[in-house]
Amino acid sequence: MKNYEMVIGLEVHVELATKTKIFCGCTTQFGGLPNTHCCPVCMGMPGTLPVLNKKVVEFAVAAGLALGCEITRHCRFDRKNYFYPDIPKAYQISQLYLPICRNGGIEIETDTGKKRIGIHEIHMEEDAGKLVHDPWEDCTLVDYNRCGVPLIEIVSEPDMRSADEVIAYLEKLRLILKYLGVSDCKMQEGSLRADINLSVREVGAAAFGTRTEMKNMNSFKAIVRAIEGECKRQIEVLSNGGKVIQETRRWDENKDTSFAMRSKEDAQDYRYFPEPDLVPLVIDEDWLTRIKLREPELRDAKMKRYMEEFDIPAYDAAILTGAKRMADIFEETVAICGKPKEVSNWLMVETMRLLKETETDAEELALAPEKLAALIGMVDAGKINRTVAKEVFGKIFMEDADPEEYVKEKGLTMLQDDGLLREALSRVLAANKQSVADFLGGKDRAFGFLVGQMMKELKGKADPGMVNALLRDALASYQK
Amino acid sequence: MDITKLTALELGRQIRAGGVSVREAVEAHLAVIREKENDYHCYITVRKEEALSRADAVQEGILSGQYTSPLAGVPVAVKDNICTKAVRTTCASKILGDFVPPYDAAVVERLTAAGMVMLGKTNMDEFAMGSTTETSYFGVTKNPWDITRVPGGSSGGSAAAVAAGEAGIALGSDTGGSIRQPSAFCGVTGIKPTYGTVSRYGLIAYASSLDGIGPVGKDVADCAALLSLISGGDRRDSTSVPQDRFDYMGALKGDVRGMRIGIPKGYFQAGLDAQVADAVLAAAKVLKEKGALLSEFDLDAVDYAVPAYYVIASAEASSNLSRYDGVKYGFCAPDHKDLQEMYKRTRTEGFGDEVKRRMMIGAFVLSSGYYDAYYNKALKVRALIRQSFDRAFENCDLILGPTAPTTAMKLGESLSDPLKMYLGDIYTVAVNLAGLPAISLPCGCDDQGLPIGLQLIGKPFGERDILRAAYCYEQETGGAFCGRC
Repeated sequence: MKNYEMVIGLEVHVELATKTKIFCGCTTQFGGLPNTHCCPVCMGMPGTLPVLNKKVVEFAVAAGLALGCEITRHCRFDRKNYFYPDIPKAYQISQLYLPICRNGGIEIETDTGKKRIGIHEIHMEEDAGKLVHDPWEDCTLVDYNRCGVPLIEIVSEPDMRSADEVIAYLEKLRLILKYLGVSDCKMQEGSLRADINLSVREVGAAAFGTRTEMKNMNSFKAIVRAIEGECKRQIEVLSNGGKVIQETRRWDENKDTSFAMRSKEDAQDYRYFPEPDLVPLVIDEDWLTRIKLREPELRDAKMKRYMEEFDIPAYDAAILTGAKRMADIFEETVAICGKPKEVSNWLMVETMRLLKETETDAEELALAPEKLAALIGMVDAGKINRTVAKEVFGKIFMEDADPEEYVKEKGLTMLQDDGLLREALSRVLAANKQSVADFLGGKDRAFGFLVGQMMKELKGKADPGMVNALLRDALASYQK
Repeated sequence: MDITKLTALELGRQIRAGGVSVREAVEAHLAVIREKENDYHCYITVRKEEALSRADAVQEGILSGQYTSPLAGVPVAVKDNICTKAVRTTCASKILGDFVPPYDAAVVERLTAAGMVMLGKTNMDEFAMGSTTETSYFGVTKNPWDITRVPGGSSGGSAAAVAAGEAGIALGSDTGGSIRQPSAFCGVTGIKPTYGTVSRYGLIAYASSLDGIGPVGKDVADCAALLSLISGGDRRDSTSVPQDRFDYMGALKGDVRGMRIGIPKGYFQAGLDAQVADAVLAAAKVLKEKGALLSEFDLDAVDYAVPAYYVIASAEASSNLSRYDGVKYGFCAPDHKDLQEMYKRTRTEGFGDEVKRRMMIGAFVLSSGYYDAYYNKALKVRALIRQSFDRAFENCDLILGPTAPTTAMKLGESLSDPLKMYLGDIYTVAVNLAGLPAISLPCGCDDQGLPIGLQLIGKPFGERDILRAAYCYEQETGGAFCGRC
């Protein structure tokens, strides 16, 4: 049995978070009734002309700079011609000959260590519409809402050798793009789509094997499954003396396998040529400088700042900045309540636990900073104790509950009434004579048990400080 | 007074002075249409009722001071590849036979804002591909000077309409000579402006890097007035040059003293009809007598202009016309069993032969393996032609030559031999490849009584130079040759 390794390169399409489309003024909002986010320009009506959205260029350049690319100062657009109903002009305006960014790379880290993944190029292009099959009428309908939404395609070098590396690369890419604010990178909504070019070769071989391209994976999990499956399939083909065919394969999530879509033989000739309706794009020094100056604080800088400004440990700072959404919530909450350590604590412990429990991606975290700040304020003011606070936090996380209303509604305000507490104390002492005796006999653990019984008696709402003090006093008087 | 014989500016003056009402102006032209249209077929669509009610609205606007343009109230014809809101715009093709744009082209907005009255949409070669207006799906247009002959093309309908008095003035489009050559054949004046002067927004593309909209009028001043109206930057067309609207009327001075006029020797060799050559050289002599300095020179690379033009224009056309697939608008072949068949049948039945020929040439020259040999090479030739003009303009202010090698051909003569038809574009296509402005104006007639066109080519944005020389020539010669048709 020969030893094989896989060679993977990625083409990642990212929808840019501009308000309007790349060549017209239509909204880029996801969804909407079919064909309501379009105009004659993005519908490719006769006589209409594209006008480049400058913001798209700025986002593409910002991405290129953050991904260590050279910026092509004189670039242009090209037409990619093909017939399909999802592309109303029958060509996509893209960049072939002079892409806006080239020769970059990012460093990733996996269990096997650090590694640089090269970025061959980034180019700008317009998205196509969507075909929707109507099984009732047995016909296919076209929705042009997505048509003209700006995309960048980030083409990596074939530098990855495992699914782990691919995921590390994608996660890093996504984090950088989210920090830049150039895309929301939602795989489910298709604003980040990765096509995987994969080949296998014998370990030590210099030449690449024949590759296949896989499309249609809409989660990291699906990507891992697709890579593993395709790698196995290619090795089997080769081991049986066969040849891998260069083809495009479509991942079927339900069947957990990929199917050949089209082979190289029926590959289209896109007849690219320079787009005559757009003038060459010149990115002068001045514009480049302005884009550079606008670059937001990226992750490394943020981590460093959290450690210095808020005195947060490196490990915590890494988790807090591990998702742009998390960092945003952290900063917004701190801005309201001014308690970085408390906020960090809630995010590091309870939030991470609930994210895991609900299998939610940290980037999808929905937690209102003002509610978390209110909760922290209530704990701080002694209105609720920590046990109650955890319950309330759960409600905020899961149901976006208002902490003050919830506490009020459920009567969870901390009990600090001396009389009530003393009554409970006498009931607990009377009902747990053995534990009192154990404590007096030197078993310190019994104290905790008694505290627990007190809290239970008071439905968890008692002020733990007062409970401790009262119990300690009572037991001390027994000892005497 | 025959209203339809007045120049557009004179008609505009009379309308503003109250001597002629806008309705009278429109009715007079509609009467000629009624009388002559069966013979000439200048229009694909005539908007009689709409023009009349618009005439009354414009009349009020003129009285209230809303419309002050010198062309306010003048009936205008618009080539049918220029989009008009709610008015069918066909490109003379079956495939767009029922296409009604939901928007006006930028130029149409300007005509409307100036209070001009659109009479209808003029006939043309299908998708502006042709030099005779014979490739129209809606039938041929005939030359008003001799109805056995073609009016030229592709803006043949616009040129014939102006020549016949079926419109006061018209808009055409010029990708390789489509304004100038029919203007020459029909004895009228037409301008192809510098690329970027007039917004292309709403002009249905044939070859985007060469297409331009321009005026077709009875004389130089009419064209200058309409060009002043439609030129200027437009945010919707990235290739339009941001600039204020030009006033070209100031260039009409009536003298050419000291102007340096270059005459390319190569233009007067084999292939050029002797009578055309004589008339054009006689025109040069008139300008010389008015104080212009003439010199001969060699215009290199222009020999390759026709092949380079047909490669580039066809390549762009193959892409621009791909959108007509039966999915969204226009003709869709019925009874298709799947998508491929729908595409094939729609495009097979929807396009005419000349359009198919150019789309196939275009797809071929862009295809992988042939791109460098054809398309890329044509781009290099284009760059050389530009340089060649740049060099020429170091020594002259404008270039003088014929518009076309012959006068109007007989109907049906060219269709059988497309290559011969392509070679007829020899004097016009280089101007589009270089993006330059040029004017064609009448400079005589041949022994058949057919008009001959004089072409003046200017530097980039040198419209004023060519207008000045053209106007001076027209003033000097009276502007009329062999009587109007």
